[in-house]
Amino acid sequence: MADANQGNRPLSPHISIYRMPLNATMSILHRATGVALAASLVLVVWWFLAAATSADCFAFIDGLMTSWFGDIVLTLSLLALWYHFTNGIRHLIWDTGSNFGQKRVMRSAMTGLTATLLLTAATIYFT
Amino acid sequence: MSYRTDRARVTGLGSAKAGTGHFWEQRVSAIAMMILTPLFIFPFASSLGGTFEGVQATYSQPFNAIIALAFIITVFLHLFQGLQVVIEDYVHSRMGTVLIISARLFCSLGALTGVFAILKIAFSA
Repeated sequence: MADANQGNRPLSPHISIYRMPLNATMSILHRATGVALAASLVLVVWWFLAAATSADCFAFIDGLMTSWFGDIVLTLSLLALWYHFTNGIRHLIWDTGSNFGQKRVMRSAMTGLTATLLLTAATIYFT
Repeated sequence: MSYRTDRARVTGLGSAKAGTGHFWEQRVSAIAMMILTPLFIFPFASSLGGTFEGVQATYSQPFNAIIALAFIITVFLHLFQGLQVVIEDYVHSRMGTVLIISARLFCSLGALTGVFAILKIAFSA
């Protein structure tokens, strides 16, 4: 029973050679985008507070959010928002106990990612 | 009658008594977010980069103001519920409790600030 060589046994699947399935990556990304969106939310509340304070305060934060840097941050926020939105719907559907199985999970993953891009483009284009 | 031993009763450990309520509440706020997000994001994104007066005009409209209020309240609730689960899953020390309390204070303050700002715009314009 006492195996002196226990530490050298190969582990499977070893984390460094294990390719994450798409859906596992998407699951982690769901949490990551959710946490990251807290920062975007701070900007949103700051913007409302400035608009409730004075025209000067508003001009400052609105200028910041529509600068080139603000554009990058808000575009990434939109991608995160719509990703979390569509992937959240996938999770809600799974919570009902349906749409499991490799093929259907893969299909909803592709639908979700496509919808994320379309919704992001639509938000930028129509506003 | 209770099947718990005297010792178990004294240490007070066991079920957290909340059952699946926490999980369920998170799904409910998720469904609310599913409805509120599209309704909120379009007037908000349209107001970005607009004039100060334009923003006052947009959010003094009852529909926009009510949607914005509902969005801010629900999004901070949903954020807290999500942060709590993430912290519980990854932080196992006493720091986890500190982080959850911090998250709760942050989300409460965020919601309160947002609600105050939107109401002030809605009523003063």
